[in-house]
Order: sequence, then structure tokens, then C-alpha cells
Amino acid sequence: MRFAVIQFPGSNCDVDMYCAIADVLGEEVSYVWHGEKSLEGFDAVLLPGGFSYGDYLRTGAIAKFANIMPEVVRFAQEGKSVLGICNGFQILTESGLLPGVLLRNHKLHFVCQTVELKVENHQTMFSNLYQKGEILRIPIAHGEGNYYCDEKTLQSLEENRQIVFRYVTENPNGSVADIAGIINEKGNVLGMMPHPERAVENLIGGCDGLRLFQSILSFWKEGIQVAQS
Amino acid sequence: MHRVKIYITLKKSVLDPQGEAVKNAAKSLGYSELANVRIGKYMELEWEGSDQDIQERLDKLCDQLLANPVMEEYHYEMEKL
Repeated sequence: MRFAVIQFPGSNCDVDMYCAIADVLGEEVSYVWHGEKSLEGFDAVLLPGGFSYGDYLRTGAIAKFANIMPEVVRFAQEGKSVLGICNGFQILTESGLLPGVLLRNHKLHFVCQTVELKVENHQTMFSNLYQKGEILRIPIAHGEGNYYCDEKTLQSLEENRQIVFRYVTENPNGSVADIAGIINEKGNVLGMMPHPERAVENLIGGCDGLRLFQSILSFWKEGIQVAQS
Repeated sequence: MHRVKIYITLKKSVLDPQGEAVKNAAKSLGYSELANVRIGKYMELEWEGSDQDIQERLDKLCDQLLANPVMEEYHYEMEKL
């Protein structure tokens, strides 16, 4: 399986993401510069965390006009996996690939800690190796992770089971309905504030994030089996 | 040439924690009559063209880039330079 990690000026979790795929998951991965125009040959796209374009104007607001973004949108429309983490999530909402927006944390502080997440939907291409209701320990590091959407959008997220991860015990940023990660209606674009790529080895404090990447791989492999049979 | 002054504010339904923090700071300084604070953005643009052309293009730019309609509202004023 071939993963692409998109690099924007100001991305800073691109290397973490690359290492999670190359060294731990053991699959092929390449960096793709934001000025590129093609994602040909890739099976999944990863939008890393960081501060693309210095977070100028709003987080993700400038990144959505990067050369590579129309191709990311096309890639998503084809039903292929797109995962945005932290700033990647902010870029996905700004681009309209996911509903809602990420606001400033309710207590105004940048929060950097390990949080507990509940797997709300384990039947997605990103979460199929987790148990339903399983509690994960994953790091967060953000100043603008306060997910917001209007009532109607929230209702449709709930009804379509698009909320994949929720904060439990404590909501670190004030997000509506304790949302930590959501998926699009079609089920192939996931955005989340916590960093699973920073939780892939016990040496660095835990490996609850690894199964997210393994889920993508397993879905991709099984998809091929289905196609062949 | 026109000067365009754009005011971008959070929608009323969106909580403004920054505004709340400023309100609380002001109250602790003794401004107990202060009822509410909302913080937004102000931008100044200089733009060539006729009033009508600018307005049409400007609305588009605001929706596309300058404001995020999910959480923000905007209004603007234009003056001839």
C-alpha cells in the first residue's frame, strides 16, 4: 500500500506521520509537496499536523488553495482514504471535505497532553481494528481544536454515525458533543485532533494509535480481496 | 480606487472565549457595567474598479477566503479614494 504525506509550508508532524507508516506499519510512503498536482499511484493521503501558512487568517484557510488540494478533493471523491490530523483536520473542514470548523480552545490555552478517547464507531476504514466503545490514550497538541457545527449538522453527524472518536473523562477544548474526530458521510475522509501517529510504539508512551493505520491497511487489503473474488 | 473596510465577527451562536476573557479582565478592573465583549477582525483593502464591480467580487472573496461562513459573519464599508 502506498501512502502520501502532504507537506505544506509550516507542517511539522509530517516526519512523525512518515515514520509511523514506514518504520512501524511497514508500508510504502512518500512526501508530496503542496505545489505538486498529482496523487497518482497513491492509495491513501495523510494531511499532517502543524501550522500550515503560519495559521494566517484562520487555521487551514490558506492551505485549502494549495496546488495539491484540488487533487486531494478528487482523490476523496474517488472514495480513497484521506486522513487529516490536527492541522490536517482543520484543512479538511476549511476545504469543505468535512462539515463544521475548528475554533479556538474554550480556555484559550494551547493544550499538550495525553487524552482518553472513546471509539464511537469501529465500523469505518480507519477504526475497524478497534473494539466498539474501546478507550484509547492518544496525545493532543493544539490551540484550535474546539470543533463546532450547527445543531442540524450535529444531528446528521449523530444519525449517520459520523462521530468516530469522542473525548471521555475530560473535554480539553470545548468541542460540541465532545467530538475528537469525524468522518464524512461516504466514510472515506477522517479528520481528528488527537495524534495517532505519535502513539505507535510503547517506547514513546503507548501504541493505541497504531491500529488506526493498521485499519486503513486491512480495509485496503480486504477491498482488493473483494474485488478479486 | 476604493478603500474597503471589512469587519469579520463570530456568529452570535458561536461562543467567543477571547471576548469572555477580555470582559472578565475588564470587570476585574472595575468596569462592572460591561455587559458583553465580542472580538473580531478588521481588514483594509484598496481596490480598483467601479462600486458595483467591487461589491460583487468582494462578496465572493469574503465567502471564499476572508471569512468562514460556518462560524463568521462580515460586513464592509467602501469609500472612494
